Amino acid sequence: MASNSLAYNEQAGAGETAELGQEAAATMSPSGAFGLFSSDLKKNEDLKQMLESNKDSAKLDAMKRIVGMIAKGRNASELFPAVVKNVASKNIEIKKLVYVYLVRYAEEQQDLALLSISTFQRALKDPNQLIRASALRVLSSIRVPIIVPIMMLAIKDASADLSPYVRKNAAHAIQKLYSLDPEQKEMLIEVIEKLLKDKSTLVAGSVVMAFEEVCPERIDLIHKNYRKLCNLLVDVEEWGQVVIIHMLTRYARTQFVSPWKEDGGAEDSEKNFYESDDEQREGTERRKKPYAMDPDHRLLIRNTKPLLQSRNAAVVMAVAQLYWHISPKSEAGVISKSLVRLLRSNREVQYIVLQNIATMSIQRKGMFEPYLKSFYVRSTDPTMIKTLKLEILTNLANEANVSTLLREFQTYVRSQDKQFAAATIQTVGRCASSISEVSDSCLSGLVCLLSSRDEVVVAESVVVIKKLLQMRPAQHGEIIKHMAKLLDSITVPVARASILWLIGENCERVPKIAPDVLRKMAKSFTSEDDLVKLQILNLGAKLYLTNSKQTKLLTQYILNLGKYDQNYDIRDRTRFIRQLIVPNEKSGALSKYAKKIFLAQKPAPLLESPFKDRDHFQLGTLSHTLNTKAAGYLELSNWPEVAPDPSVRNVEVVELTKEWTPAGKAKKENPAKKFYSESEEEEDSSDSSSESESESGSGSEEEADSSEDSSASSPSEQEGESASESEGRSKRTAKKSWKTRAKSDSEDEEKENEKSKSSDSSSAESSSAEESSSDAESESESDSGPDSRKVTKEKEGRPKQARSTLPKDVSLLDLDDFNSVSTPVALPTPVLSPSLRADLEGLNLSTTSSVINVSSPVFVPMKTHVLLHRMSGKGLAAHYFFPRQPCIFGAKMVSVQITLNNTTDQKIENIHVGEKKLPAGMQMHAFSPVDSLEPEGSVTVSMGIDFCDSTQTASFQLCTKDDCFSVNIQPPVGELLLPVAMSEKDFKKEQGMLTGMNETSALIVATPQDFTPSVILQKVVNVANVGAVPSGQDHLHRFAARTVHSGSLMLVTVELKEGSTAQLIINTEKTVIGSVLLRELKPVLSQG
Amino acid sequence: MIHSLFLINCSGDIFLEKHWKSVVSQSVCDYFFEAQEKAADVENVPPVISTPHHYLISIYRDKLFFVSVIQTEVPPLFVIEFLHRVADTFQDYFGECSEAAIKDNVVIVYELLEEMLDNGFPLATESNILKELIKPPTILRSVVNSITGSSNVGDTLPTGQLSNIPWRRAGVKYTNNEAYFDVVEEIDAIIDKSGSTVFAEIQGVIDACIKLSGMPDLSLSFMNPRLLDDVSFHPCIRFKRWESERVLSFIPPDGNFRLISYRVSSQNLVAIPVYVKHNISFKENSSCGRFDVTIGPKQNMGKTVEGITVTVHMPKVVLNMNLTPTQGSYTFDPVTKVLTWDVGKITPQKLPSLKGLVNLQSGAPKPEENPSLNIQFKIQQLAISGLKVNRLDMYGEKYKPFKGVKYVTKAGKFQVRT
Repeated sequence: MASNSLAYNEQAGAGETAELGQEAAATMSPSGAFGLFSSDLKKNEDLKQMLESNKDSAKLDAMKRIVGMIAKGRNASELFPAVVKNVASKNIEIKKLVYVYLVRYAEEQQDLALLSISTFQRALKDPNQLIRASALRVLSSIRVPIIVPIMMLAIKDASADLSPYVRKNAAHAIQKLYSLDPEQKEMLIEVIEKLLKDKSTLVAGSVVMAFEEVCPERIDLIHKNYRKLCNLLVDVEEWGQVVIIHMLTRYARTQFVSPWKEDGGAEDSEKNFYESDDEQREGTERRKKPYAMDPDHRLLIRNTKPLLQSRNAAVVMAVAQLYWHISPKSEAGVISKSLVRLLRSNREVQYIVLQNIATMSIQRKGMFEPYLKSFYVRSTDPTMIKTLKLEILTNLANEANVSTLLREFQTYVRSQDKQFAAATIQTVGRCASSISEVSDSCLSGLVCLLSSRDEVVVAESVVVIKKLLQMRPAQHGEIIKHMAKLLDSITVPVARASILWLIGENCERVPKIAPDVLRKMAKSFTSEDDLVKLQILNLGAKLYLTNSKQTKLLTQYILNLGKYDQNYDIRDRTRFIRQLIVPNEKSGALSKYAKKIFLAQKPAPLLESPFKDRDHFQLGTLSHTLNTKAAGYLELSNWPEVAPDPSVRNVEVVELTKEWTPAGKAKKENPAKKFYSESEEEEDSSDSSSESESESGSGSEEEADSSEDSSASSPSEQEGESASESEGRSKRTAKKSWKTRAKSDSEDEEKENEKSKSSDSSSAESSSAEESSSDAESESESDSGPDSRKVTKEKEGRPKQARSTLPKDVSLLDLDDFNSVSTPVALPTPVLSPSLRADLEGLNLSTTSSVINVSSPVFVPMKTHVLLHRMSGKGLAAHYFFPRQPCIFGAKMVSVQITLNNTTDQKIENIHVGEKKLPAGMQMHAFSPVDSLEPEGSVTVSMGIDFCDSTQTASFQLCTKDDCFSVNIQPPVGELLLPVAMSEKDFKKEQGMLTGMNETSALIVATPQDFTPSVILQKVVNVANVGAVPSGQDHLHRFAARTVHSGSLMLVTVELKEGSTAQLIINTEKTVIGSVLLRELKPVLSQG
Repeated sequence: MIHSLFLINCSGDIFLEKHWKSVVSQSVCDYFFEAQEKAADVENVPPVISTPHHYLISIYRDKLFFVSVIQTEVPPLFVIEFLHRVADTFQDYFGECSEAAIKDNVVIVYELLEEMLDNGFPLATESNILKELIKPPTILRSVVNSITGSSNVGDTLPTGQLSNIPWRRAGVKYTNNEAYFDVVEEIDAIIDKSGSTVFAEIQGVIDACIKLSGMPDLSLSFMNPRLLDDVSFHPCIRFKRWESERVLSFIPPDGNFRLISYRVSSQNLVAIPVYVKHNISFKENSSCGRFDVTIGPKQNMGKTVEGITVTVHMPKVVLNMNLTPTQGSYTFDPVTKVLTWDVGKITPQKLPSLKGLVNLQSGAPKPEENPSLNIQFKIQQLAISGLKVNRLDMYGEKYKPFKGVKYVTKAGKFQVRT
């Protein structure tokens, strides 16, 4: 990690602050300078002592108690100096608690808080990404204006950090800095712009959040990232999804033209949801050119759809509002099902979702009509939920379902929850007014309710009846008479007032009753509620005008009472009415019109949904819920008449091709990354991979990425049959096991069965997978199973992926699923195909020549070794591996392939080998310099090293344009060999010459299944590059090779003995290498 | 986004506060208390309250209010969902989400809240990641920590945080590899007075308990996947696979989690496993009434219906009840007016019934509506919709796991109107 030291070059300024800080802390602590504080509270004295003790446990206890105080909201600020000293504590838990404390009190104790800054600055350079990230978090949370420049610097650095986690925290820090100092906006926008380009799913949500907070008006920043964000969306964490979807909804409304057929937009959508669709389309087509949706618009709609299935209610709601606001009306229907699903959730979620459904159901009834019954009310629902459900039911009511609904409402009216019952009555009124067919039955139902014992119900009924009668001033004399009678029993003021008003309005229809009612009211006038008194006055005035003979005196009596009432409203009204109706000398011109004024035709009230006016707010927002504009609410703009230039979203040509026409290569990396969308592509990818590297390992990679079909489809033609056969077999077994299970009733039995059956099936399965995964040696390996094999298999699979693409851990995060086109990755293909190798062997057997032929490797392990980690290489990562090929640079060299990856987001230029530090005798042929490496690109180069048949390390420098990194390659002993094909006879002959000093041997103990020929072969060739020698005896396995440098023979024999032991013998001139090889082979062969 | 969080208990004490931006005074909660007073019932406190300078979004869980303070526009569901996630995390860590548990573990609670939100925006909410950062308290660990001085706090970034499968950590190891699935279906129904079904639907979940080493890749298929009408998935499930093949393919989180929740398509008729005969009446002008309820099995697919409980919210005028059950036991709480009858199992030979007299407040008018009956029951080894798991396959690992599927049918919101 020599390179790390480079990262530590702190600015001189920062270093100074650090020193100052420490000095200050040092002078303060021992001097008892807290005179100021200590007098306040003695009881915190022990905490201070604990914090100053040397023991971490005491400090930790103290910090825990302090955090407890903070949690309860008690003031612990006086401990600030004592706490802040521990900010550099080695103990991570103390440190974290100190951070908690700092963030809470730094604002109050700004000067002292500055003491801690240097610690964070240092931590920002820590190699551990968690420490870097948390330092940035705390530093940016300290709301001290003086450190704004430091924060700005830290954010800039962190936004270029290699770890996406740190970059995520940088995005969060942007918002914090912005709220602390809005003047930094311009600089912060630059950082946001940079982070928006980030391809990590981890960062996406946070940076969009920052964008929304800092510069939501800069919609132009989104253009270039729009497609990327759409494509990443499914893989972003759920909270980020919500923020991104809301932002994209706004974006879409500014950039695309309306997909709705009507011109007006949302307002007039309700009038024809069903019938008119076709007509409308025809109409619009005639009027203007046919509407074609922008492919980007479509992309957004398509990519958000899977998120309707999210478990997170906020995500579902976000998608729902997106569909509502930007999708064509015919497609918005898909959201209703998901929204209805959310109604199973807890009451708070229900509340918000129902509110939104209420707004939607006003405009587009059809969407929720199929789910009518899901909104039926249960007696256990909280009242607020009940009212909302009722609201929705009313909105959904139409001629077809109204009778069902009214029956349901009858139950609700009798509910014990009177508030709800009253709401139901209003609802019935609304139904009656909107659907004329049922208004009569509604009215009679309401009249029945008038005899209810509950006042609230009766009162509400009266009010609703009043409204209904007003709307349809037909002959409803009977009802009015009935209501007049009720005046004796009803005490609720609103109801009484309503009845009086009704009688007054219809006094000419009920000429006998009205004066009598007035008489009764005159008697009780003084004890009535103010509301009722006003209506009595009105009734009196109206009767005076129509029937003055009977009521003149009564009215005057009432007016006199009103004149001396305590309430000035009533006194005012009395004066007004008197002047208006009672003719006297002073009466003005108005009194002529008194009758017209009082008995004018009054427009009927419109019974409307209280949710009517909410539709101008974006759904799912706080503003919509509150029905007022909340702070920071971003208006959803109307669709533009003409779409802005769509080409702004085009990314440069190279990237565009990447996005839209992913080449076979790019697809191949997909399965691991694109989590949701992989399956379609998987087949292609497995095809392509099996073509390009038909030797071993291709399947195991797919395997790791799952899916049945990949294992079936990945093996290339030659193997296809056997693999599918075994696959089929395993399926059958598996199916059997499930059937048995399905039949068996008892749980216990079930498990028994399962154990046995499932073990069968899975082993069968695993072997089939195995076969398909490694073509070259599948014949010999079909009955594998031991774990060791599995382990090696896995090892092969993983690094192989790393080599052929990017290192796994990096690629997982990298959201960009596309590899740079410009960097074709060289796939190491063995020179000889397996069949050719078999031919060669055959040749060797037939010609009994004793010539030692170098043959092709039996097996090339895919294990790669790290040459340069990306952290220490400033983003340049290098891995090397041994292709086991004869080296093209020299016969005595071992060929090494190095894969270089660029994990930064800048080009790395001029990668070459610098100074070589080789032990005496060793030689190295460097690879030709790589001029430039694109971001995310990788390139494979090969070089040759002559290790002189030793396992000494070859050290050299890997240089880029700017930096040099020291790297080492140490060869495993098995790679210093080249396989040799020879006959059994030759082998015996050679072995005979290499005895005594030249022979080393060891005894191995292992289980019999480890000693099957295939397992032994596999194990040996995995460790060492040797060739198998055909053996006449079953218990003898022979392998031959020669060393690369000197060409000395290396003969390996595994002789199986009685029981589970075996003798491993190595004959070679190079005794040192021989014994090293023995040491390496022994554990491999003996492990179980 | 989320500015501060206050935890408030039933009696209105603020026992924990946490601020992610500058400090907001506790007095902001007064608006909440006001709303609470107005609502009378805790269930009726509006989740979103507007105050002059802030907005309060609250949830009510396990007798605690989680009140968050918001300053600017934010999707309310975002906050609500997050608060529930916080409560879930507490439940997960401490076994219960109660005032006592939170007070006992106040330091861990604080550390958790610190990790879950940064500047009001969720940072790590996946329990797997949190557990690597902050280890849950156990007795053993606290003993070990006090001896060795090691801490509960992890010092490296959890692997999940950086991978695209954040729900699973690397290097999981078990000696016994097991995968269990519980298919739990709930019947939501409203039955009207005459016994006919007003509304019924089946909601189901599959809860999984997966203890598998390494990185297993599972795929679960059903005999009749078309039954599932509307499904919501754990993020681990590959959506495309489900779309094309109706197979649940996923790399599971470690431990217990909810794999999917689903609704069975509404076209299917829902079998109602029990019927209720009821006769509840209140006499006019007298202070007593009659109560008679009998439960019997119906359409139960040959399985026993067990764990039956009947809960009735009696009208306010009911003073007391004098009943005799033929089976099980009953309680009546005269304060909340809730009658609970714990029935147990139904034996078809002798149907359980509960009969007796109801004492009403004298002089008060008789209640207009009969109370509705809420019924709970359970049927083991049956998924009422007929959903059947076909097979479970594992890829990517070579060991043989134990696999098990259990079916249970329960009553969800099952209400009988009388």
